[in-house]
Amino acid sequence: MSDYRIKGETGEWEVVIGLEVHAQVTSNAKLFSGAATAFGAEPNTQVSLVDAAMPGMLPVPNRECIRQAVRTGMAIDAQINKWSRFDRKNYFYADLPQGYQISQLYHPLVGEGSLTIEADEKAGIAADKVIGIERIHVEQDAGKLMHDQHPTMSFVDLNRSGVALMEIVSKPDMRSPAEAGAYVRKLRAILRYVGSCDGNMEEGSMRADVNVSVRKPGDEFGTRTETKNVNSVRFVMQTIEYEAKRQVEVLEAGGTVDQETRLFNPDTGTTRTMRSKEDAHDYRYFPDPDLLPLELDDAFLAECRDSLPELPDAKRARYLGLGISAYNADVLTAEVENARWFDALLETGAEPKAAANWVTSELFGALNRLGKDIGDCPVTPAQAGELLGLVADGTISGTIAKQVFEKMLETGDGAAAIVDREGLKQTSDTGAIEAEIAKVLAANADKVEQYKGGKEALFGFFVGQTMKAMQGKANPQVVNELLKKALS
Amino acid sequence: MTDLTNLTVAEIRDGHRAGDFSAVEVAEAFNANVAGAKALNAFIVETPDRAIEAAKVADADRAAGTLKPLSGVPIGMKDLFATNGVQTTAASHMLEGFVPRYESTVSQKLWDAGCGMLGKLNLDQFAMGSSNETSYFGNVISPWKRNDGGNAALAPGGSSGGSSSAIAARLCPAATGTDTGGSIRQPAAFTGISGIKPTYGRCSRWGIVAFASSLDQAGPMARDVRDCAIMLENMAGFDPKDATSLDLPVPNWEAALSSDLKGKKVGIPKEYRLEGIDPEIDAMWDAGIAMLKDAGAEVVEISLPHTKYALPTYYIIAPAEASSNLARYDGVRYGLRDLPQGAGLQDMYAATRADGFGPEVKRRIMIGTYVLSAGFYDAYYTQAQKVRALISRDFTAAFETCDVILAPTAPSAAFGLGEKTADPLSMYLNDVFAVPASLAGLPAMSVPAALNREGLPLGLQIIGKAFDEQGVLNAGLAIEERAGFTARAEKWW
Amino acid sequence: MRCGEGASGAASPDKATDMAIDQATVRKIASLARIAITDDEAAAMEGELNGILGWVEQLGEVDVTGVEPMTAVIPNTLRLRDDVVDADPLTGGNRRDDILANAPEPQHGFFGVPKVIE
Repeated sequence: MSDYRIKGETGEWEVVIGLEVHAQVTSNAKLFSGAATAFGAEPNTQVSLVDAAMPGMLPVPNRECIRQAVRTGMAIDAQINKWSRFDRKNYFYADLPQGYQISQLYHPLVGEGSLTIEADEKAGIAADKVIGIERIHVEQDAGKLMHDQHPTMSFVDLNRSGVALMEIVSKPDMRSPAEAGAYVRKLRAILRYVGSCDGNMEEGSMRADVNVSVRKPGDEFGTRTETKNVNSVRFVMQTIEYEAKRQVEVLEAGGTVDQETRLFNPDTGTTRTMRSKEDAHDYRYFPDPDLLPLELDDAFLAECRDSLPELPDAKRARYLGLGISAYNADVLTAEVENARWFDALLETGAEPKAAANWVTSELFGALNRLGKDIGDCPVTPAQAGELLGLVADGTISGTIAKQVFEKMLETGDGAAAIVDREGLKQTSDTGAIEAEIAKVLAANADKVEQYKGGKEALFGFFVGQTMKAMQGKANPQVVNELLKKALS
Repeated sequence: MTDLTNLTVAEIRDGHRAGDFSAVEVAEAFNANVAGAKALNAFIVETPDRAIEAAKVADADRAAGTLKPLSGVPIGMKDLFATNGVQTTAASHMLEGFVPRYESTVSQKLWDAGCGMLGKLNLDQFAMGSSNETSYFGNVISPWKRNDGGNAALAPGGSSGGSSSAIAARLCPAATGTDTGGSIRQPAAFTGISGIKPTYGRCSRWGIVAFASSLDQAGPMARDVRDCAIMLENMAGFDPKDATSLDLPVPNWEAALSSDLKGKKVGIPKEYRLEGIDPEIDAMWDAGIAMLKDAGAEVVEISLPHTKYALPTYYIIAPAEASSNLARYDGVRYGLRDLPQGAGLQDMYAATRADGFGPEVKRRIMIGTYVLSAGFYDAYYTQAQKVRALISRDFTAAFETCDVILAPTAPSAAFGLGEKTADPLSMYLNDVFAVPASLAGLPAMSVPAALNREGLPLGLQIIGKAFDEQGVLNAGLAIEERAGFTARAEKWW
Repeated sequence: MRCGEGASGAASPDKATDMAIDQATVRKIASLARIAITDDEAAAMEGELNGILGWVEQLGEVDVTGVEPMTAVIPNTLRLRDDVVDADPLTGGNRRDDILANAPEPQHGFFGVPKVIE
């Protein structure tokens, strides 16, 4: 039994987790204004009169933000609502210039969908699991408050104010920190495949509100707490671990869990009660009278669908179908840039299994060593295809390929050019190989005796010696054949 | 020489074009009237230099042969429209000293058409009121007096009371107004002038301080129907910055004006015959019916069954929207900040808003907050939006049997300042005839029809089908031609 | 908050007495609306609000069976803007001076507010 359980004084507790992921929509301009969304600008420079909620300013929605949310919905097989509308969520805070956030409560753009997290024995996920997604709606981000610039004042920067967010609300379907982690990773992968969010958690492009409750297995759901703005997969998992334990302790001490908003402290891995933004949490939602209902036509939806790329699950299945190992398929599909690079490599005609092995070991190893991402990989897929082609057609051996690859990384030159220049072409010249074999066998007469006496494992030794003598350029198959002949 | 301030917009435009007088002469004449009318308190800010500046441009344009549609016409701007570089207050302490760095779409269109600005006109605070008694900058006084020998100061109507008073007193030939639940029509009726609220979405709301977004609509106020048509042509038009703006061409309303109503049907809503209403109102209405018959129209009785629910519907929806629209006035980014010693952010909000908003604004924010709050939203707001749909359907059904609807604009003539301030409800009831068309987003105008026995103007209202401002203007013109309303307030200020 | 929860309630519009508000409610509403009120104001407001709310409650008697709440006053569809930065200066960014021009407490390009403890 791999179920995650908290062991308390009174027995085992099950953890129930739901996540509300806020993902910044990839767009040039904000959700309701023409101000830019780029990260890291000078304070209040990416703020329009609309974003600052000057008197008389009005919102007009950005088509691209709607499109990206719809495409995201399609990517999780969700119901797309052709009729939706924006509501105002009213509360007062210094980072909220309008005094309300334009969001969608009653009629969200995207309805129910789901995603699948893969089995992961090590993490205690016994089998693939479908996690339900309740809805995706589009809303405005708030501005930012800085508390450390002045002894008695906080400073307000509205650059983020009005940037489009998708709020992706899961069902309370997760039962362990690992499942939640896998969910966030999978969701992030999907968003990045779709191109609707860059998934950059450090810059806050993706953050999660973590809803946690505990119950005795089989009981009703317990009271949940919501920990806000957790911004990494690891922190999401830590939040759940901490919160679940805390709730169990509270309950076992005879207390009750308050339905409240909490904050995660990454330094200590703990959560604490957050000061209430609005005393009664009475947000007085109502349809935004500045905006009409959002109605999507079939042409818009068709474009959204047609522009969707191959998604992680489909890609993984295709790779498995090409004979690529499950492990490699997982590794290759986890990040969209890697998958795209690999697909480009396949398009050069590279043999899938060999290509997958080479990318996951040689290429990723090299990038790791160089501290580079696939985005700034010094070798193009076409160049890699050329290299793998030389191995496949027997021009060079796998060993030489490693040398050639190193040279490619250093010089940026093509594989064939390097092979030519350095004279690394593999030889199948039987005369030359036979001559070297003869020398090797002569120099190791004792081992030849042992071999012939039955120690067949020594065959590898003779291959190695021969290859060494040939400076690695001998065709290993030819070497094998000739050695067998010589030793028989 | 004629007093240039007695001229209509059309007369100024045409006279200037013909070279009868210069635009600077016109601007100077109106500037003088404005400067001499402090007692009316119609303006919050006077901008004589802007008027002169625009007039000089107009005169130069005439010399260069590059006249614009309204070259040489100075106007008043309701202080709800953001004006770049000129204080914009919504008549509230909250925005005292606020100088926008942007221009509302409607005012920009008027300046582009050649108008000059005489000043920013007083109004009810955040356009909430029916008597212009809620302005932080003091009451606007109507130029009209009762003929009873008394000297009671009368309300110019509201919320566009600065606009109505200024036009009636010849301080400007025309002005902008905004109408959320009668704020153009009722003050027009109270002061013997004309005003039209176009179809919702005709005029961009961008840059107009919001009161209730689903109801707010700008429109012109002027002395006659033709001037309203001219002004509206230069205020209306599609604006991509307003998501509710109508993407329709602006008709040439002035050119198509016609008081010949042959073949037109005029609907008389039986539910507008209120029990206990001043018989003079009904008499004026009957006279209006006769005038439209005389103009060739056929008169039919219609029914608008949900009329009695219009005001309660309005007083849920408008405050609800206002409570949210006015949340931005928090002392953080502009306007008043009241920061008591040692106060935190939330205390600052509460102090700022307590100090910055007047009593009527607070009252409506409180009502709006309450009706949207948890547990009451469906009972109040959702119910109101459903009844609103029924009110709208009533009009749709009625317009299957008629082309325009004729009704009184207000249930009474102008009342005295202070007469209704103690009882908010009695004040709200003054908009009983105006609010239904607002809820349905329909074009509606008020034209002066008669004087009552106290010598005060009464207005008739024409409500039209959506987009049919022409039908409304034409019926208005037919009344105007027959009512022969020439009375004006005797100057006492 | 999740869809459909909380924001709509069970209050029935035909029970006016349920909706009568007391001074505590007045203060709660004032707090939600961030308007400081004195006891005298709360007392005065109690009467006024009850008067107005009692009057609007007549809407409860209207049969709205099968009626959808009005969404658009005039039939019109929501237009969407193109995803272009600063296409129109009136709705674009890069105007910090204008944004801060009326600020009560501008601070190094920020809006200053009393220190907030989260």
